[in-house]
Order: sequence, then structure tokens, then C-alpha cells
Amino acid sequence: MSTGILPPISARRRRTDRLMSGLFYAATGIALVPLLLIIGYLIKEGASQFSAAFFTTDPTGNFAGDIGGIRSAVLGTIEMVAIATLISVPIGIAVAIWLVEYGKRSKPAAIIRYLIDVMTGVPSVVFGLFIYVSLVETGIGGSGFAAWKGSVAISLLMLPIVARSSEVVLDLVPNGLRESALALGAPRWRVIATVVLPTALPGLITGSLLAVARGAGETAPLLFTVQAAMGINFNLSERMNSLPLEIFNDVQSSNPAVVTRAWGAALTLVLLVLAITLLARIVAGRSRLKP
Amino acid sequence: MSDPKPLQDNPMTQDPDPLEPHTGESAAEDFASSEVPELVANDSEQATPAGRRSHTITTQGLDAYYGDNHAVKNVTIEYAPNSVTSMIGPSGCGKSTVLRCLNRMHEEIPGAYATGDIRLDGMNLYAPDVDVVAVRRAIGMVFQKPNPFPTMSIADNVAAGLKLAGIRGADKDETVERSLIAAGLWDEVKDRLSHPGIGLSGGQQQRLCIARTIATQPNVILMDEPCSALDPIATLKIEDLIHELKRDYTIIIVTHNMQQAARVADLTSFFLQGELVEIGGTDQIFTNPTDSRTEDYISGKFG
Amino acid sequence: MLERSPMARLPDQALRWILTALSFGILLLLVYFFGKLSLESVDVFQHQGILSFAFSNDWNPSQSQFGGLALLFGSVATALIALVIGVPIAVATAVFIVELCPSRLRSPLTILVELLAAVPSVVYGLWGVFFLIPRLRPFEQWAADTFSFLPWVGGPVAGPSYFIAGLILAIMIIPVVSAISREVISTVPTDHKEAALALGATRWEMIRTAILPYSRSGISGAAMLGLGRALGETIAVTLVIGNAAVIGHQIFDQGYSLAAVIANEFGEASAVPLYSSALFACGLLLFIVTLVVNGLARYIVSLGDIERRVERARRSERKSAAAPGGAA
Repeated sequence: MSTGILPPISARRRRTDRLMSGLFYAATGIALVPLLLIIGYLIKEGASQFSAAFFTTDPTGNFAGDIGGIRSAVLGTIEMVAIATLISVPIGIAVAIWLVEYGKRSKPAAIIRYLIDVMTGVPSVVFGLFIYVSLVETGIGGSGFAAWKGSVAISLLMLPIVARSSEVVLDLVPNGLRESALALGAPRWRVIATVVLPTALPGLITGSLLAVARGAGETAPLLFTVQAAMGINFNLSERMNSLPLEIFNDVQSSNPAVVTRAWGAALTLVLLVLAITLLARIVAGRSRLKP
Repeated sequence: MSDPKPLQDNPMTQDPDPLEPHTGESAAEDFASSEVPELVANDSEQATPAGRRSHTITTQGLDAYYGDNHAVKNVTIEYAPNSVTSMIGPSGCGKSTVLRCLNRMHEEIPGAYATGDIRLDGMNLYAPDVDVVAVRRAIGMVFQKPNPFPTMSIADNVAAGLKLAGIRGADKDETVERSLIAAGLWDEVKDRLSHPGIGLSGGQQQRLCIARTIATQPNVILMDEPCSALDPIATLKIEDLIHELKRDYTIIIVTHNMQQAARVADLTSFFLQGELVEIGGTDQIFTNPTDSRTEDYISGKFG
Repeated sequence: MLERSPMARLPDQALRWILTALSFGILLLLVYFFGKLSLESVDVFQHQGILSFAFSNDWNPSQSQFGGLALLFGSVATALIALVIGVPIAVATAVFIVELCPSRLRSPLTILVELLAAVPSVVYGLWGVFFLIPRLRPFEQWAADTFSFLPWVGGPVAGPSYFIAGLILAIMIIPVVSAISREVISTVPTDHKEAALALGATRWEMIRTAILPYSRSGISGAAMLGLGRALGETIAVTLVIGNAAVIGHQIFDQGYSLAAVIANEFGEASAVPLYSSALFACGLLLFIVTLVVNGLARYIVSLGDIERRVERARRSERKSAAAPGGAA
């Protein structure tokens, strides 16, 4: 193509452009390779475990013979994460509401935001330690290790995620809507309950779901607070099994069958968390608030 | 809580002088009760059930601040009842600030406050024991950018004012129909009342917001550049609407468009750098202004 | 008059009170948190001395020696490796998604990158142990031999190592760093980009001159958050770092980290008060590091905040204009 009167772009610049574009493509590909490898590996090692018995029997703790399935682990995870959600989501959203509607740009609000960021960064193992020393050692609420204490540890992990993402979403609600509601003579609480929260709802759900996904996958807090029990246990004041713990323990077993079970459990956990994450994305897609 | 007075006994319809202070008290009593005054719910009334209500709003020595910034300086102005008063002036002259002081929205901005006297039918809105929320129920506001509540249907949007103000007992369907008719939107939306409010066009959304505002029967309607986000045809429809509405409401409109002020307003006030320069009949202001600054602005020497 | 009954005002006040109490509860919680950890660490600090705990390399619990330098080193080394590998990839991915990829791929790619965050850390660790370590060993050995002239490269490759831990951490921080970078990059005003293109820049040149400088501090903030995550990751690192409380000299050596030591040795330590106090001290150290890293991250991000930049520029303008003989 003749460029005529237009100055030509040097071949070197063009080459650099193509090279850099290629690098960007490659980097994105590289980022995705581990995902495919991990899921592939899990399927290869663990899919064979999937059977009705796998999900309907508890681990027996036997070394040999019938080792059982992972039912109590799945139920335990669901139970503990559910309790943690009930604790962290309302509190997290409440704090976010305070930050956006009342605290705004004040000094105290800035401090609280910083602290929430810090909480997001605290390693989960430290939360485990904290709960251990404040709830387990002291024997509050009965004996040492208990499922509800594990829930509290998980909720500490989830709280900053819920609070931060909720704050972002609530902030996106256009101020014009608040003003219209105020101008109609609504008290503040009505403005929040009738206009702000419903408008932000999809985003709030997304944030909570992402926090749930994170909470379901954490092992460390559970090590110090719950340990594990083999059988199904709906009693929150006692030890309870959970998927991360099951995986962690099983994989160190010398019985290959138990190790394989760990892979099945790992695949189950990953599928569970992936499902929640995808659900969060779908809900986010329905949000009317775009930044 | 007093019972809402039936129309026949209402001193407002008996008293020929709309500026009688007595008028103000019944209006206040209506709002002290949690029910919409029977003025609204009475089916025997015709299309303008508000009758010959008229409300006055005046300011005296109003100063408004954004933190240290003295944005509005000693404004004393009397808005004429049942008519349209426009507030014009260049950007930053304080006209929107004055408007937002009237329904005490100004103080919602962190660090902003106002001092002075603003009286609605003789009652000082800035008296220490006055509740801001009650003030806003008495005065309605239409904003520059149409903002129907996105999670609500058209009908719910219109009734939102009642819901948000905690007013119970009004017949919702009747209120919605009446307000949409008064806002000139009824014919266009009557068969899709349950559709989302944000699905309407810009001009329709703004009329929906107007319907929402008048559903609560405010005493005064404030409008902050209501047409600046709309195309000319939608603008015209809303200006016609304003002509209709002024029979029942005292309307104050801020506009940066002088031609619009000329079309729509009975009285016009000109603001400059936070001060009220001049106020008078619209014709007089535009053809024969008293103050040279007004003349300069009108003739386009600055702005 | 224009009043509401006190009853009507109640919900507003109650709501405000509850919300404020919960928000300040967070402050109290963290203060309590810090206090509790410190309390538990007092024993080992008295025994060992704070500086010695943090900076002497002698982790020998059976002999009541708690010099944790090797742990600190391991945490920092693996985190740095994670940053070096993970941040460029994450930022490149962010640039790709926002600027280069076809628009219909944008959504699926974003979701895929975020799915990396959905994999639980224990699964990362296991995958590292059973898949990555054996598969990479030949390659690592080749690299160790071929590049042994580089500092920290060389030596025998046992399996678990700083490198593997760093690699896994890199993968784990990609979603976080990429998500924030994506946010930052997409806020670059279109005007800037169009200005560069209008001058005849190629795509890459536009990215280099308009996008990257503008996003620099935001991306640094993202990197710091990635750093925080890397420093704190426990289970994945425990499984692949080798759990050897020594300071390795090659990246392919085995090592240890603060988080890993807590997870691994807590069981044994709970019986021995001094030992468990030492582990609490590790937790305290981690917590302090988190506080510092987060504060730094916010500061760096704020440096780039447009409002601040404009404010600073105006201030220096005023200063130079006011100076004697200043610019006209």
C-alpha cells in the first residue's frame, strides 16, 4: 500500500508494536495456564471418586478397608460457612452503609477504611491464632474446639471482603437518587431502606458471594479452632468436619486410597467455590450500576 | 393527630385572601397528621382537587455557606404565590444554592449551612425546633437530571413520595392517576404502569419525576434547571406543564436559559455573585431592567 | 408546626447509633486483636529479646532458641519471587483485557482470571506438591546448572523450594493484582489515549506513554496488595517450601516462612508455653508487616491520585511564582 504523502511508520516501530502485542497475548495465556492445569489435574485424579457413596457416606477414619466418603466434610463446610455468612454479611453491609451514608470523608471513616483494608490483608492463620487464644483456650461456650468458633474465624476473614465490596457498590448509587428521596421528605433510614439498598442489591449479593467463596476455601483458621471430627455432627459446639481439613489430613495419609479421596474432596471443594463465584458474576451482570 | 378537614370547612377555600396566616396553620396541621389531607382523596373534586390553595414563601437576609465560602449573601426575596418565579444568573451566582436553601437541601452537603429567615406561609423553616424532613414534605423539588428510582415501576415511582414520607391511607391508584394526569403523562403510560420507570425517555422521565413530586401535594415546587438535560420538544412539553401547574402551586424555577425564563415565568429575579440584584415582572426585567448589571447579562455582555 | 413527633425521629437515631457502633466495633476488635497477640508474645520476647527474635537466625525450639530470621527471610524471599513473576503477568493481562482483546472476549477472560482466585489455597498447595514439583524438577536443575553464574541460582534441586513457593504465590496473586490494575487502567481518560493516538502513536506506544505512566501509582498499590497476600499465604506455602528453618542461598533451596511455621508447628507447640508464645510472636510480626504494607500501599496510591497531583502542582507553581524573580 502506497502511503503517498503520509509519513511512513518505521518498520522498527511496527515490529515493536507487534512484539509487544504478542507479549501481552502470551502473558494472558500464561496467566490462564495454571487454571487449566489445576482443574485438569483435579479432574484426572479426583473425578473417579465421584459416586453416590462418595457423597452419602462419612469418612470412617479406618486405615484400611472401607474408608468412607466425604459427606460429613461437605455438610460441615456448608454449615460453618453458612453461620459465618450470617455473621459477616449483615455486619459488613452495616459498616459499608455507615461509611457511605454517615462517615463519608471524615477522619474516623478514613481510619475505619484503613482498618478494613488491613483486615483484608491479615493472613488467615493469624485470625486462627486470635480465635484460638480468645475463644478456644479460654474455653468460652464450653469445651475447646468447636464448630461455631471456626465460623467466627471464617467470618473475620469474610467481613472485610463484604464491607469493602459493599462500600464500593453503595458508593455507585447516584447521589441524585438520594437527593430525590430526601426532597420528597423521607427520613434518612427510609432513603437507605427504600432507595439505596434495593438499587445496590445485585452488587451487594455479588460481594457477599465472593466472600463466601473465599471463606469456604480456607483451611488455616479451621486448624486452630475446629480440628475435625469424622462423623456428621450438627452440634456447633463440637468439632466438625470440613472439606479443607479433610483434604489436608487425607493427603498426608499413607493409604493411597485415602489420598485419592483427598483429590475427590479437592475437586468437590473447587467445584463448589467455582459455582459460587460464577453465580456471583451472573448476579453482578444484572446490576444496573456501572462505574 | 387531627383529622384532615373536609374541603367545605377548610378556611383556605372560604378565605379570599390567600396570604392569610391562618392558611398556613391548616396546611401545617395537614402535615402533622400522617394522612394525606382529604383534599386529595375526595373523589367528588374535579381534575384540580387542590382548589385555590396558595402558599407564600419568602426569605429574609438569607446567607448560605459552603464551609468558608460565602456563596449567598443577604438575599431577601418574596416569591409570588400561584405563579412562576424564575431565578436567572451566570454560573456560580448562587441561584441553585438559594433554591436548595428553600427546602433545606443545602445543608445535606458536608460543611454547608445557611443562616437567615425563610418563611413558608409565615412559618420560619429555620426555627430551631423545625424538623428538616417535615419541611421537605411541604416543599417539592424537581432536579436537573431526571432520576426515577430504578428499582420501581412507573406507578411505584409516582407513589414513592407517599411511601417515603410515611403517608398511609391514601388511595394509591387514585393518587397515581391524578398525579400522572396533572403531569401530562397519563395518556402515554396508562397501560404500562407496572413497567420500570427508567424505561421511559428523558422527557417522560422528567414528567414522571414531576408527577412524583406533586403526588404528595406540596405547598411549593422548586425546579432546578429541569429542562437542561432534555431535547427541545420535551422542554416545550414541560414548560406547558409548568403553565398548568402554577394554578395550584407556587413554582420557583432556576434556569440558565433566559429565553426559558421569558417563556415560563411571571416574575424573574437576577442573581450575581451570591446577591439578588433585581426582581420584577418578567416583561419588565427583560425589556427595561433597572440595574445595569441585569441589562448587561440580558444583552449577553457576559454570562 | 413543622415538626415530627419524637417517635418518628427514633428510627433515624437508632439506625445511626447502631451503624456507628458496629463500625467502631471494628476498631475495637483490631485493637483487642493486637493486644491479645502482643500479650501472648510477651513470654518469648522476654526470653529471647524482640530484636533477637526477629533478626537472629537460630530457630531451634527444642533448645528454646527462637531466632526467627530464617522465617522472616523465607516470607520475604518467597513474596519477592512472587512479585517478580506475578506482577508483570498480572499487569500485562490487565492491559490486554482493557486495551487489546476483542470486546466479546473481555467478559470471559475477566471471569477466567478471577477464577484463579476461586481455587482454595490448600488445593494450590497440593497441586504444587504432586504436580508442579515433580514436573518442574528437571527444568529447575537445568536452569540451576546453566545459569549458576547468576546470584542465588545454582545448587541441587531437592523439590520444595523458595522458587516453587514463589511461583505458586505468583499464580495466587495474579487475580488480585490484575483486577485492581484493570480498574486503574480503565479509568485512564479517553482524552489522554486519543491524544497519543492522534499524534500517530502505535498501540504499544500509546500504552507506554498514556496509560502506564497515568496508572503507575495505582498499579504499585495493586502490587503492594499482592505483596500483602503473598506474605500471608499459609497453607500453600507450607506444603511446598520444604519447612527447613535455614536461610537458603539459592532459590532452589528449601526454606521456611512465618505463616508456614505457625501452621506446621502449632500442634506441637501448644503443649509448651514458650514455644506457643514464639508462634504467637510470629503471628504478631505478620500482623505488623500487614499493617505496614497496607499503609505503604495506600500512600503510594494516593501519590498518584489526580486531585492530589493537581494540588501539588498548583502549590509548587504558586511557590515558584511567589519567589523573587519567579516565573512571570
